Amino acid sequence: MTSSPLYTSLKELTLSGVSVGYDKEAVVKDVSFQLSEGQIGCLLGPSGCGKSTLLRAIAGFESLMTGEIRIDGEIISNPSHSVNPEHRYIGMVFQDIALFPHLTIAQNIAFGLSAWQKNLIEERVAYLLDLVGLAGFQSRYPHSLSGGQQQRVALARAIAPKPKLLLMDEPFSGLDAKLREELVPDIRRILQHEKMSALLVTHDQMEAFAMADQVSVMDSGEVHQTGSPYQIYHRPETRFVASFIGHGDFLTATVCGSNCVHSDLGNIRGELDHGFADNEQVDLLVRPDDILHDDDSEFVGVIVSKWFRGSHFLYRVKLSSGKVVYCFASSHHNHSVGQEIGLSVHLDHLVMFSR
Amino acid sequence: MADLAPLSVASKFKWNWLKIVAMMIAAILALPILVVLVNVLIGDGEVWQHLYQTVLAEYISNSILLMLGVGIGVLLIGVPFAWLTSMCNFPGRTFFSWALLLPMAMPAYIIAYTYTGVLDFAGPVQTFIREFTGWRYGEYWFFEIRSLGGAMVMLTLVLYPYVYLMSRAAFLEQSENTLEVSRTLGYSGRAVFFKLALPLARPAIVTGLTLALMETLADYGTVQYFSVNTFTTGILRTFYGFGDIAAASQLAGVLLLFVAVLILLERRSRHRIRYHASGLKKASNRRMVLKGGRGLLATLFCSLPILVGFFIPVIVLAYWAMFKAEMPGSNFIQLAWNSFYLAAIASLIVVSLALVLSYAIRLNNGKTVKASVGVAGLGYALPGTIIAIGTIVPLAWLDHRIIDLVKHYNGERVGLLFSGTLVALLFAYSVRFMAVSLGAVQNGLGKIKPSMDMAGRSLGMSPFKVLVRVHVPLLKGSVLTAMLIVFVDVLKELPATLVLRPFNFNTLAVRAFELASDERLVDAAPASLMIVLVGLVPVILLSRSISSRTGY
Repeated sequence: MTSSPLYTSLKELTLSGVSVGYDKEAVVKDVSFQLSEGQIGCLLGPSGCGKSTLLRAIAGFESLMTGEIRIDGEIISNPSHSVNPEHRYIGMVFQDIALFPHLTIAQNIAFGLSAWQKNLIEERVAYLLDLVGLAGFQSRYPHSLSGGQQQRVALARAIAPKPKLLLMDEPFSGLDAKLREELVPDIRRILQHEKMSALLVTHDQMEAFAMADQVSVMDSGEVHQTGSPYQIYHRPETRFVASFIGHGDFLTATVCGSNCVHSDLGNIRGELDHGFADNEQVDLLVRPDDILHDDDSEFVGVIVSKWFRGSHFLYRVKLSSGKVVYCFASSHHNHSVGQEIGLSVHLDHLVMFSR
Repeated sequence: MADLAPLSVASKFKWNWLKIVAMMIAAILALPILVVLVNVLIGDGEVWQHLYQTVLAEYISNSILLMLGVGIGVLLIGVPFAWLTSMCNFPGRTFFSWALLLPMAMPAYIIAYTYTGVLDFAGPVQTFIREFTGWRYGEYWFFEIRSLGGAMVMLTLVLYPYVYLMSRAAFLEQSENTLEVSRTLGYSGRAVFFKLALPLARPAIVTGLTLALMETLADYGTVQYFSVNTFTTGILRTFYGFGDIAAASQLAGVLLLFVAVLILLERRSRHRIRYHASGLKKASNRRMVLKGGRGLLATLFCSLPILVGFFIPVIVLAYWAMFKAEMPGSNFIQLAWNSFYLAAIASLIVVSLALVLSYAIRLNNGKTVKASVGVAGLGYALPGTIIAIGTIVPLAWLDHRIIDLVKHYNGERVGLLFSGTLVALLFAYSVRFMAVSLGAVQNGLGKIKPSMDMAGRSLGMSPFKVLVRVHVPLLKGSVLTAMLIVFVDVLKELPATLVLRPFNFNTLAVRAFELASDERLVDAAPASLMIVLVGLVPVILLSRSISSRTGY
């Protein structure tokens, strides 16, 4: 073999109706989504939602109860048939990093290259060490590296055989915040440079937004919504997605027209029809950046608490109805707790759920 | 997150045979206990009556007194020295922190022979006293070593390291913050020890104590030599002297009751250790410095148990072996060879079985497998005498069935295939030493995280390749350690070997016991010395792992 036999990049990963479980109890229920060439996808959800299980099913470490997983149209998993993990050409980075402690950094990276020619291996290892910024570390052992460095080696090891798809299971959870901030854009850069499709599992939405082109929000084993980070944040399709992603409150509101609702903060109009019937009672999602401090407004609220965030203040404001909402104000609008301030709502699209 | 370790989906089903094999191993290893239990339950009322009227009271009271004495002794030595070496600094502390383990290399029966030779009437100490003072026999009082008290002292000297080891680890685990908080709340150093450090370490201390007491109950060589009638001596006398298997099993059953209490106590305290370790900043980085006289006193104090429990007996044994004993000839080489190959085969078998059991747990992770492995590891608490009885009864039964069967079909006579051969011995060793080897192997396997298996698979390795390229190199050390520990334990083991060895088959331990029983203490020295020296190897290994773990 002259080079990797696997050097064809992923065209499409397709999951349709996938359920995974232990002892007949489904941990992942009826999940479907697609990931296309060069994209970085993300499974985002609270711990225990089944996202890691789903990732392991894609890698081939869990069997399916229903549904199928295809890579480029070819079935790699269904309830009766499962391609062994070593024949899937899928790389994986693990939460606990899992470098082999008895091998040097170079040997770790070359672990998946045993079928390659010797000079090609050396070339590939040197290239990857350089790519992850660890040139010169080849003969060190994992224990002598910092957490961030180990994570880079784990990434290099996983992408060394040029897998069709890279899976990452909470790859940054063991690292401190500062390191994570450095590493996330780094890894995104490396993946884009290698034109590698990847699927990331995380419970941290900032991580998801920073890394992913496409986010699937999961809860209790189900995918609630798949979309771009922007869509997920601004156009949540379920109540769970709306409350899990970002800060926000639900205002009680009554529908008063095809693109209008009436709430504690007056009549609010969106740009598009919302599809609810007139006079229907709904919950309207308002984000902190939707409610602005406005001294001219007829609507007022009393400040209950506040956080100074440098560039802005984040207030909790109690409305006349007793409902408490977030409100952003620029940092020169310094008000004290107990003070009454005017509020106005700026919403382009209405996110509503029937009560 | 579900904690799953299967090598692959498909292999979940393939590996089921491993589960079945593991359960079979566990069932076979549990056989001796079952046999003893069944014999107790179906026991003959008359035998009971007889035992009750004659010997039972003495066995019970002696065994309890022995446990009491040894218990107090090991606590008094183990805990203070653990505190000294973990919390204080004084000249020679680093040396003492591992050297205090040295007596572990010394089997109780060997230290007993040595001190008897030194301290009894004809020994050098009393001879010197008589020559020096001119007193004669009966005109002075001297400690009678061949007594219950003597047995307590001998067992204490070699068993205190269990308490020392466990409590030292506990003291080192204690968070410096906890100790400092109590100082800021107005406790003096001494109050901190009694109000905080000691209670926090209590589960660990109890664990060490129960291990020492299990060894006390299991001891045969010492009490037999000192003519102290306990369960172990009673069981073997009933079995050998009177050939009364039923009565021997009944006694073994009562002994089992004692052991069961200890096991429960040990399990409970091990469980509680987990809650007591805070896992925060460790205390060991700031030790109390003992200056001048106090430091010297600590040094002197620490050297006592090492001298009495190890160096003096070893020097005496070496002196006897070199200058006074019969020159060891080909007979001795034969003995050593017997011991070595027996121990080597046993360690191979035991560690192989432990590997199978450990992988069964790792790959199945079910309750049934875990429970079976728990049962398989129970033998560590069982005295060799119980295991011997529990081994010979079913094997002899099996042999006689085979003999009958062959005679019925062929008319030929075959010998005892199992009970009269090394098979019985190897089986008994497997029961007795499965736990130690399981511990070492599982410890090593635990360091290979399941994600490493998955990493290997996702990098294109088959399960077999993962085994060869990841598991074998990472597991090598633990497996060798396990084999070494079993090897040495088999070499030292006395009662089971005594009962189960084939006719005319002797080992170093058995020969030392026989010579000592014939009052040829000096001639027993070469064999004894050999056992002690080989026994040193795992102790050194253990002490090295302690010093590397704490970074000192």
